[in-house]
Amino acid sequence: MSGSAALFSFESVSVGPSGARRLDGLGAELPAEGLTAIAGPSGSGKSTLLRLCNRLEVPSAGVVRHHGTDLAQRDPLELRREVAMVFQRPVTFAGTVHDNLREADPGCDAARAAELLEHVGLDAAFVSRDAGELSGGEAQRACLARALATRPRVLLMDEPTSALDDRAAAVLERLARRLVDGGTPVVWVTHSDEQLRRLADFALLLVGGRIDGSGSAREVTGGGG
Amino acid sequence: MEGDVGYGGLAISLVLVAVALAISLRLRLRLERELVVSVARGFVQLLIVGVALALVIDPGTPLVWSWLWVAGIVVFAAATVHRRAPAVPRLFWIALVANGATAVVGFAITFGLGIFPIEGRTLVPIAGILVGNAMKSGIVAAERLVEALSEQRAEVEARLALGQPSLQASRPIVRSVLRTALSPQIENTKGLGLVFLPGAMTGLILAGVDPADAVLVQLAIMYLILGGTATTTAITALGAVRRLFTADHRLVALPRSTRDTG
Repeated sequence: MSGSAALFSFESVSVGPSGARRLDGLGAELPAEGLTAIAGPSGSGKSTLLRLCNRLEVPSAGVVRHHGTDLAQRDPLELRREVAMVFQRPVTFAGTVHDNLREADPGCDAARAAELLEHVGLDAAFVSRDAGELSGGEAQRACLARALATRPRVLLMDEPTSALDDRAAAVLERLARRLVDGGTPVVWVTHSDEQLRRLADFALLLVGGRIDGSGSAREVTGGGG
Repeated sequence: MEGDVGYGGLAISLVLVAVALAISLRLRLRLERELVVSVARGFVQLLIVGVALALVIDPGTPLVWSWLWVAGIVVFAAATVHRRAPAVPRLFWIALVANGATAVVGFAITFGLGIFPIEGRTLVPIAGILVGNAMKSGIVAAERLVEALSEQRAEVEARLALGQPSLQASRPIVRSVLRTALSPQIENTKGLGLVFLPGAMTGLILAGVDPADAVLVQLAIMYLILGGTATTTAITALGAVRRLFTADHRLVALPRSTRDTG
């Protein structure tokens, strides 16, 4: 995998003050296609690595590149619309689901809202529902729809199923797979080996802010997949 | 003077402080030391202020001393706001502009429109009452802004992740902070005469001024305070929020942040 072809490449990346590094001299490349899973124990730096990809976090040392371009040279607002993110806990904004979609795309009309909701498996009737009254799974899917409203080219998902029950988690996993099949690369953070084996086309294992393994899910988890 | 309290009367008024001390002891609030210090500090400060005011408002004293006093009030107010919300970088300068603006606008109206004459006896008290009240709201705004951004980091970052600029991402929080900081003064103004008789009017009446005149003075001051509070609060909140984001639209690390760094 060459540097310019990589979806994201990390060159000697450190985050945090010396002595309390969350990432420590990390070097890695994420493939341009498919679903990349970032796994590792709690506190290993998985979320930090993901947040570097849309500049919610910046490295204290090293360079992060997206398709070969140093992210420090990119307009952060433009980058974030291109590299969308779904968070661990669904965060809905006050108002209806449609209001939430308009936060991402002010021009989002009823037809576009219905299209986005359908994309994440929610009925068009959800458009007028109060976002604060959705179940956990519905709220996470509404958040995914909101992230997709910016028409991103990459989707970052930070343990998006950790607050959901198994059924809602399975729905979200299927949606991620559908996005990947439709040509949108997904970077998915997980702490579950089973989820990693189910989902990952490529996996990166982090331990203590460093890469501890990379390759297929089977290679990273030591078989059993 | 009819309203002469005297040191005997002052001592008697300390009975209520004793009640406050008793409540603190009984409910184990551990506020006894703070209560005693605040009473002693207030006593000494006001005595010194009383002596100094007598010198400054003397018609023979050049007005420049009054202006210097006003400048001191504004600087002290800015330092107080900064001390209460240290997480906001360079908040002193923001608060200096905010409280300075309140003083300038307040003076422009008070003296420009001839509500009061420009004299030592009007300059210092009006600056004190305007900036003192505005400072309280400024403190609430700065403290609450830091707390709210820290507590609602997830929502702010969800908005930033949609490509919203930091000012847009923080707008709902700033609105809520401004409402919180301004509402006590609005309620005070609404409750004028019904709930409480404000300080300037009470003082004037106690000092023997005709209540009708005292009411007019108090109304003018309350409206100035309301405007001054809005000015200071808006400048403080809007200035501080800019300092709490980086140039590349990231929310800075804040105390009590609960962000997941897994």
